[in-house]
Amino acid sequence: MEVSAPLIKNILLLDSEGKRVAVKYYSDDWPNLAAKLAFEKSIFAKTQRTSARTEAEIGMFDGYIAVYKFISDLHFYVTGGEDENELILATVLQGFFDAVSLLLRSSVEKKTVLENLDLVLLCLDEIVDGGIILETDSHVIAGRVAMRGADADVPLSEQTISQALATAKEHLARSLLK
Amino acid sequence: MASIHPPPKKDDDREDDSEYSPFYGIEKGAVLQEARVFNDPQLDARRCAQVITKLLYLINQGETFTKTEETEVFFAVTKLFQSKEVGLRRMVYLMIKEIAPSSDEVIIVTSSLMKDMNSKTDLYRANSIRVLCRITDGGLLGQIERYLKQAVVDKNPVVSSAALVSGIHLLQTNPDIVKRWSNEVQEAVQSKASLVQFHALALLHQIRQNDRLAVSKLVTSLTRGSVRSPLAQCLLIRYTSQVIKESATNTQTGDRPFYDYLEGCLRHKTDMVTLEAARAVTELSGVTSRELTPAITVLQLFLSSSKPVLRFAAVRTLNKVAMTHPLAVTNCNIDMESLISDQNRSIATLAITTLLKTGNESSVDRLMKQITNFMSDIADEFKIVVVEAIRSLCLKFPQKYRTLMNFLSSILREEGGFDYKKAIVDSILILIKEIPDAKESGLVHLCEFIEDCEFTYLSTQILHLLGLEGPKTSDPSKYIRYIYNRVILENATVRASAVTALAKFGLTIDALRPRVLVLLRRCFYDNDDEVRDRATLYVETLAEDDILKQLKNSLFGDLDVPLANLEASLQSYNASEIPFDLSTVSRELKPEQSVEKKAPTSKKAGKDFGTMVATNGALPSGTSAPDTYEKLLSSIPEFLGFGKLFKSSAPVELTEAETEYSVNAIKHVYLRHVIFQFNCTNTIAEQLLEKVSVVIDSSDAEDFEEVFSKHVESLPYNVPGQAFVAFRKPEGVCSVGKFSNTLKFHVNEVDPTTGEKEDEGYEDEYQLEDLEVTAPDYIVKVGVSNFKNAWEALDPEFERVNEYGLGVRENLQDTFQAVVTILGMQPCEGTDVLASNARSHTSLLAGEFIGDIQVLVRLSLGIDAQKQVAMKLAVRAEDQSVSDAIHEIIANA
Repeated sequence: MEVSAPLIKNILLLDSEGKRVAVKYYSDDWPNLAAKLAFEKSIFAKTQRTSARTEAEIGMFDGYIAVYKFISDLHFYVTGGEDENELILATVLQGFFDAVSLLLRSSVEKKTVLENLDLVLLCLDEIVDGGIILETDSHVIAGRVAMRGADADVPLSEQTISQALATAKEHLARSLLK
Repeated sequence: MASIHPPPKKDDDREDDSEYSPFYGIEKGAVLQEARVFNDPQLDARRCAQVITKLLYLINQGETFTKTEETEVFFAVTKLFQSKEVGLRRMVYLMIKEIAPSSDEVIIVTSSLMKDMNSKTDLYRANSIRVLCRITDGGLLGQIERYLKQAVVDKNPVVSSAALVSGIHLLQTNPDIVKRWSNEVQEAVQSKASLVQFHALALLHQIRQNDRLAVSKLVTSLTRGSVRSPLAQCLLIRYTSQVIKESATNTQTGDRPFYDYLEGCLRHKTDMVTLEAARAVTELSGVTSRELTPAITVLQLFLSSSKPVLRFAAVRTLNKVAMTHPLAVTNCNIDMESLISDQNRSIATLAITTLLKTGNESSVDRLMKQITNFMSDIADEFKIVVVEAIRSLCLKFPQKYRTLMNFLSSILREEGGFDYKKAIVDSILILIKEIPDAKESGLVHLCEFIEDCEFTYLSTQILHLLGLEGPKTSDPSKYIRYIYNRVILENATVRASAVTALAKFGLTIDALRPRVLVLLRRCFYDNDDEVRDRATLYVETLAEDDILKQLKNSLFGDLDVPLANLEASLQSYNASEIPFDLSTVSRELKPEQSVEKKAPTSKKAGKDFGTMVATNGALPSGTSAPDTYEKLLSSIPEFLGFGKLFKSSAPVELTEAETEYSVNAIKHVYLRHVIFQFNCTNTIAEQLLEKVSVVIDSSDAEDFEEVFSKHVESLPYNVPGQAFVAFRKPEGVCSVGKFSNTLKFHVNEVDPTTGEKEDEGYEDEYQLEDLEVTAPDYIVKVGVSNFKNAWEALDPEFERVNEYGLGVRENLQDTFQAVVTILGMQPCEGTDVLASNARSHTSLLAGEFIGDIQVLVRLSLGIDAQKQVAMKLAVRAEDQSVSDAIHEIIANA
């Protein structure tokens, strides 16, 4: 039997109705969009009523282990194979969750996530590469997402503030147009 | 201006969405238009990053792009390398990975990416390595190999990890190149950065994984310390377990290698590592209780953790341990019971099914009471798990069938979906089959259930069983009412099967026949054709004695052709002048190989907990295999005179895995004959084998005389065929012997695409491994529900008692298992479980010797301080010679 390094099957970020906010699949177990959406629907339905707000929760879903944590109107999931070490999955979930919190300066809700979707997608890219865990330390992840150190003149804080300002302006303009 | 974004129809949800989503009303076409800004001579970095985000958003939502659109976007994105803005560059990297350009397009970006790979900025280097390795094909790798090698040992973890992880991916496609990095990777294993160490170890192991010795060396050197990263530690534990598994053969002599390392990891400060180690210990093959204890202690601590993930991990592991070592887990019972009320229902279900496995007979009633409260508030899928656990509990403690059967029938009456109800009905059916005492009460419960059952499938299944079993009960007439009620109240499918069930009563019991006829005549006015037809057929035949016998065959007899073949024949049968002839249907079984191969990878919804609660083979899932064998064998005329098939062994592999020809053998034992069935598979696509036979040298099996051999006419690639060799043997004697086998065949080269022969071919042969017929082949496991009664029913005259000294043994548990395996008998009344530190044990074994002779054994074992094991064996059988034979088996073993 072949032993394998821990593998992440997918990371999901869904909203309070089970709709996709940002997802990333690292496995071919779900060959097409329909299969992916079906998995998301099923996992959302089965976890919807649980309270995973203080501590991360866990369960078996369709033959996979998934750990999950909810905050405001967002549901975070990390899925692995049925024999995976649960605590490794939980570490990845925590890394993702904390990195997003750091990048969004603690206002973790669907609205801000969508406004900063680029950061969240980069986060997914920095945590897992093709199923292999790339990094779990939230500070390191957030730093790499923000390309901290790559460009000396725009530190992370200013960058996000200027982005936030820009989106706010855009938002205002759009609502005026209506 | 309002016309640009016309407000959607009054729908609250949509209204909310539009308020805050920056992507509201986003459209692929428009975004693709917007992407033209990438071509602007003066790049607006922020705007470009926004457009990329929009594209990524679309991809993330499942939008697909046509090939042309993809190419266009890709070419546009490559222009953005001109911008020096870091945020934008990071998005460009991500975008390129998402589009995954085709190989002829890759060339456009390679120079830009290679430039970034040589950049002074580490983050550029890391990202460009990941992108380039993702999109490149082998050709380019040679050019950048030098950079990658350097990157592996880079002092910045981000660069090193990027190169190592890319290496892990590349190893699948370009192993030769990655294998050349061995030295650098080895250096990286010593890295201080936690994740680098993890990635380096994973890659190093993958490079060496086909070289057992190298893996063993790797493990030996690293388990001495120097691995600090928790993730790397988890990996090392996995590799260590693998090494232990492969070197498991010489464990008799002393301590298990590397066990100390695993035990040390149990004290690691990171839960992740302790869990991995605990799980590794519990999965050691033939783990002893001394080895298990520290792991169980760690898991027990986790059970009371405040973190659900830890509780789940612990209870899931203990649940698995409970299947093989229930006594080791009993220490955790108190913690486990408090988990029954856990908020997380997965944890609660696992806890309860573990308790069901570890509990003894006396705790069953108390547990059942707790479960009754618990059942009402869990989901159907968990209920199924509990039902399955209860089924195996009932098979373990047949005396408790009353409590458990009542429980099953009470939950059967409650609300539930089809799968749940089916699980309950299946369980009751199995209990009826396995525990004779439970039959009547089980049938009554099922009768009550079909009174109010919304599932046609279950109703018909139960009616079929009532038809078979009902007439054999003490008071058959009471079932008639239930069945006839179905005829009045149900849909056509159920009515039809109820009519058949009624007819079976009329057929079997002469006294009931007139009454059944009256009921059946009433069905003449049914508005469904099938029901009327069945009723007419049965009434006509029941009235006439001479065709009664024929009807008996059609009602109770099975079709002697595989259903799949019948279906295929019927489909190809064109309604014409010639009537369909059943005898033309092929009796050869279709290969089941494809199903078996898929099994390990298939992920089915029902599998969630199913695998975990599957009992140690106690479920009579094997019932269908003998049936299929029987049909297969009876399709060969030469075997018809052999009488009834007594026992078919499990397949024995006669070839190594992955050889040119794969052969396994099944031993079919008859009263005076033994048939070897050789399942042969040709695994070479370029070959067609013909006249495949197995030639047996039986000089080491004096009692056996070859009487018949049947070869396989033709064996195309990957289509299994069966060859048979039959031997005559003396009746009633426990004949044993060894057979050496050679596969003989005619090889033809064929074109794998067309299947046409390319040459004349030649004769060839292939040596197979030996096959042995041993004493357990003559004994089948047949449990009895009340051992004491059965024991006393046998003549004490035929009892044979003897004592044996078994010498020094490791422990009692393994010795006991060994004796049971030698005898091939069924431990009854849960006496197969013994405490790991037990000094003595008495077990009750039951079985049937060839010739339908019941055999019962009381087996007592004792171990003294010097580990000397003594065994007392008391055997009773319906025939004295069989009692003696059992002793002979032990004496010769």
